[in-house]
Amino acid sequence: MAEKEQKERKRKPMVGLQPEGDVDWSSYRGVLVVVEQRAGKAKSVSWQLLGQGRRLADKLEAPLMALVIGSNVSHLAREAIYYGADRVFLCDSPELENYRTRPYSRVCLHVIRTYKPEIVLMGATYTGRDLAGAIATHLPTGLTADSTQLDVDDERLLLASRPAFSEKMLATILCKQFKPQMATARAGVFEALPRDESRTGEIIPVPPQMKPEEITTEVLEFLEATGKVNLEDADVIVAGGRGLGGPGAFRLLQDLADELGGVVGASRAAVDLGWIGHDHQIGQTGATVRPKLYFAIGISGAIQHVVGMQNATYIVAINKDPEAPIFKIANYGIVGDLFQIVPAITNAIRQRKAAKDAADPQQPSTPQTV
Amino acid sequence: MLHLVVCIKQVPDSREIRIDPKTNTLVREGVPAIVNYFDLHALEEALRIKDEHGARVTVITMGPPSAEKALRQCISMGADEAVLVSDRAFAGADTLATSYVLALAIQKAEDEWGPVDMVLCGKQTLDGDTGQVGPGIACRLDIEQLTYVEKVEYLDTEKREIVVHRHLEDGVERVKAKLPVLITALAELNRPRRASLPGLLRAARYRPIVWTTNDFPNIDRSKIGLRGSPTIVSKTWVPEPKQVNTEFIEGDGPEAVAQALIDRLYATDLPQKLGWT
Repeated sequence: MAEKEQKERKRKPMVGLQPEGDVDWSSYRGVLVVVEQRAGKAKSVSWQLLGQGRRLADKLEAPLMALVIGSNVSHLAREAIYYGADRVFLCDSPELENYRTRPYSRVCLHVIRTYKPEIVLMGATYTGRDLAGAIATHLPTGLTADSTQLDVDDERLLLASRPAFSEKMLATILCKQFKPQMATARAGVFEALPRDESRTGEIIPVPPQMKPEEITTEVLEFLEATGKVNLEDADVIVAGGRGLGGPGAFRLLQDLADELGGVVGASRAAVDLGWIGHDHQIGQTGATVRPKLYFAIGISGAIQHVVGMQNATYIVAINKDPEAPIFKIANYGIVGDLFQIVPAITNAIRQRKAAKDAADPQQPSTPQTV
Repeated sequence: MLHLVVCIKQVPDSREIRIDPKTNTLVREGVPAIVNYFDLHALEEALRIKDEHGARVTVITMGPPSAEKALRQCISMGADEAVLVSDRAFAGADTLATSYVLALAIQKAEDEWGPVDMVLCGKQTLDGDTGQVGPGIACRLDIEQLTYVEKVEYLDTEKREIVVHRHLEDGVERVKAKLPVLITALAELNRPRRASLPGLLRAARYRPIVWTTNDFPNIDRSKIGLRGSPTIVSKTWVPEPKQVNTEFIEGDGPEAVAQALIDRLYATDLPQKLGWT
């Protein structure tokens, strides 16, 4: 018994139990976006969050800040300014080449404690969620995961709304007690500002907070997934659902997608039936997308799917059931047999391009993909 | 011998939860309570390590007395001991307060059964969907966290090293870490075993160990339950999809319909935005 007590006493105090007593939060001002990158390339969600962060910061009449961590990433600090940041913290060091929780979270904690943002935003990616969970515990503060709406009220409170109960509901989460208020947000939900090279801002170097020899985890290698669909960055998505009747019809969708320089997506029903891989799934537990053009083919339009694609600029729905809910959100609706209509659309586009090429042989028209 | 702690949660099967169309509220009645899907994968991985290297597997949950059933399921699969951390004072906890209590419980499990080499959690719960409790526990215990693990490549108990594959959006990362670590499990990690007959017999008789606030003499009561939870749900609602004026395109045969659609699309700003000529 006495031995046990001794063991307890030897333990370090648990992390994340500060601060004690009253803290003056009024010095916390501004919005900080933590930029995620791999090999010097930023995730698009980071620029989208800078876009939304800009809107929140303007409403709060406070600065928009960005934090860039990595190795040889100074160009991303400039990019963050072009995408809306007023001030960028740059922690650039060889041992930070790969994301690892501790060295990255220590840098974030240092920046948050030194520069005191009232709101901290990150992408709800695997890395963003790993990092945000660690930081929120350390500070400690409240963290809302996977936000799909972000706003601020008159009391400078962050209103972070997120899907709950398998996307059947939305819940707005507040953190009144602590600062900063933290949230992660999904890719494709918010819109990035147009990249503007004439924007200016301040870049503040930040030193790493751990010595390389203190870091015990090691990233041995990164195996890039090849042939993986990138739904979140696609401008055109051709998605299919249960109405396709089987895996074969995805071939028709692929033809149309190829013609438009797009990618193929799917509803959960089609994925669950094993007709197409999970990395094509849009909506519930799949990707949230924001393409310029979205084809919903044989998709009834359950809310779980709609939350993932309703921000597409133009939606074309093709369904044999005129009562399908998907038509409520579609700009253009076609009631009919997808097996006839989809090939006809593919063909019509081909013909239009061929006619254009014949008229102007110097410039063959091929769709541009991003 | 290795000591592995698996943190689980009993959750309502969210796939079974429906919205009452009249009241726009959740219908929770009759929704079955299950062991959180991903937690079963965490438990399975612990049991595999036990099979291969020998280990003591302790399962811990924070929840109401009814969560005992979930713990018995874990015992039936092969866990050695199961602890229910239960007290009205813990109710209303968000992820921050939850990770605090679970970290205290893990420390107490160390006092009872020896130092913990590995903590295993599911990647997220079906009802909370945040994935924040795992990182929260790792932080509080000051151990490494390896989240979203889809494969344990090897575990070297002599060198006390583990190599796992972490799943990311654009690929897979092989990471090496020193024990003790916390890992959070994806469904891809393994296939949870069925209960064995001896396991079922043991589970039927088994009474989980119950710890209340009184079992944690150093607990900071301002950090638990509703009071220790900085996040507040201010409102919930059922989202309405946006309404647009749909133009239905009709025509004489699929070719005419397709042509009409293409004409409409070319009349928008899409050709300019997408570089169609």
